[in-house]
Amino acid sequence: MPTWEAAVLEISHIDTFYGPIQALKDVSLTVNEGEIVSLLGGNACGKSTTMKAILGLVKPRNGHITFNGRRIDHRPPSVVVKAGISPVLEARRLFPYLTVLENLRMGAYTRRDKNGIRQDIERMYDLFPIVKDRRCQVASTLSGGEQQMVAMARALMARPKLLIMDEPSMGLSPLFVEKVFDIIEQVNQKEGVAILLVEQNANMALSIASRGYVLQTGEIVLKDTARNLLNNPLMQKAYLGVA
Amino acid sequence: MPTFIRTLLANLPHIALLALALILPAIIKNQYHLQVVIFIGIYAILVLSLNLLNGYVGLLSIGHAAFYGIGAYASAKLMMEAGLNFPLAMSGAGLISAGFGYLLAKPTLKLSGIYLTLATLGFNMILFLVLQSWMRFTNGPLGIMSIPAPSVFGWEITEKVDYYYLILFLVVMTLFSMQRLLKCRFGRALLAIREDQLAAEAMGVHAARYKTQAFVLAAFYAGIAGSFYAHFVKFISPDSFYINESFILLAMLALGGQGNLIGPVVGAAILILVPEIFRSLQEYRMIVYGSVLVIMMLVRRQGLLGGKAYSLRLSYFDKKKEKEYIRGDKFLPEEQG
Repeated sequence: MPTWEAAVLEISHIDTFYGPIQALKDVSLTVNEGEIVSLLGGNACGKSTTMKAILGLVKPRNGHITFNGRRIDHRPPSVVVKAGISPVLEARRLFPYLTVLENLRMGAYTRRDKNGIRQDIERMYDLFPIVKDRRCQVASTLSGGEQQMVAMARALMARPKLLIMDEPSMGLSPLFVEKVFDIIEQVNQKEGVAILLVEQNANMALSIASRGYVLQTGEIVLKDTARNLLNNPLMQKAYLGVA
Repeated sequence: MPTFIRTLLANLPHIALLALALILPAIIKNQYHLQVVIFIGIYAILVLSLNLLNGYVGLLSIGHAAFYGIGAYASAKLMMEAGLNFPLAMSGAGLISAGFGYLLAKPTLKLSGIYLTLATLGFNMILFLVLQSWMRFTNGPLGIMSIPAPSVFGWEITEKVDYYYLILFLVVMTLFSMQRLLKCRFGRALLAIREDQLAAEAMGVHAARYKTQAFVLAAFYAGIAGSFYAHFVKFISPDSFYINESFILLAMLALGGQGNLIGPVVGAAILILVPEIFRSLQEYRMIVYGSVLVIMMLVRRQGLLGGKAYSLRLSYFDKKKEKEYIRGDKFLPEEQG
């Protein structure tokens, strides 16, 4: 890995526990500026715990997490978000009875620049035309794919340096999954925002990522460039469904 | 059209209602009827404050009468023993109540759902027991008698009409301050927490802090209502602040509808008026009262005016250019454009 690239997020050697059960063991991971990194793994391997640890919803017992050179472990989520990490939560988690527009506004909650927010709303409309069409609708009336778009737009409203996405493909039709990943790639290129993609769908995730990590029962078992991972026989057997 | 006239027209319903409220004493000559209206005012403030918790943040508090009681006792004590004048005693009552709100909120807001609800219930019961047994301070079940009548900067409040205007002022101030508060970042944060706390935190909303603030505010308003009650009825005893009082407040909120500022007032008005109207059927009063609730739960669970943001829009203060869309129930028709 070229070390001269600026790391936005650096997780080093964290252990987390739920009661007596260890969820993450010595997990280290870096995301560099403007890159897409995917974090792969099956069910209950610690993907979501990693995300929660970054956001400050779970406190790591050992190790530390830095963002832009600042320690963010043991800080509340509100501070982490303000620092520039914006999450797209698992299952989207829109505010169900708020309109799409109100959802976007909530995304910009930590910001105070009214004009900037208004411009960003317009920018989101350009980026996600469907969000514009649906802006007056209550979020719960949208389809899963549309909700995913709104969730991404909402996360981008915070003008993050890093977007962490938890299972953006969950519950979407295969056709829509492809569309969502196209858009993730677009967002990365147009907005220059680094993305940490937490996914089960390894094939799709690696197709747009530059690097990938594989988690297994709370440990990183593989880390490599996306291309190498796609060609890794172990990966192919375990996650990519290649016979 | 000049903006001044447009603003005036947009606020016409509010102005008409306020005008009606101002001339009401001239219409209602009967002193007893006026007293009923004053009670509607007291309960409107109480239910509005409960609505901050139950309707806006989604914290189910079932011990709200505790803060009502703290306000009443604090105000009576401050005026009778500390010798403060009425405006100071009333503000003091609000602040003391808010202080207790903070003390209750700080440790209990870590609890979630039903546990928090039980904690509020427990607080109400403890308060009742303290009022009941602390003879030296609260005079126990005998209560505090001959609480002095209020006077505000030389305005001696003795007649029912005076009380009416005082409570009208308080209700209007409550509505106005809540409307302003809920329109800004604070209000949006509360709504977001109610809708999805995890998502709200992911947006950078400090949920614990906002919940505490909402709790303190709700306690403050309830304390103000308690203070008015003490000086209006001039006699307070622990019985007025028992848990069934909390449940009456909840019933009013459930009937009127929560999550907006109109529902609580309507709920309070109906549940004060209905028992009064059926006073001749004294024994059956509670049946009517109870069946209203049962029917509501079956037919319209969100309350008469619940589920919609009947925005109490004050065009003079809300200078928003873009059109605002109301938060409605799920079946809000799609708006094009």
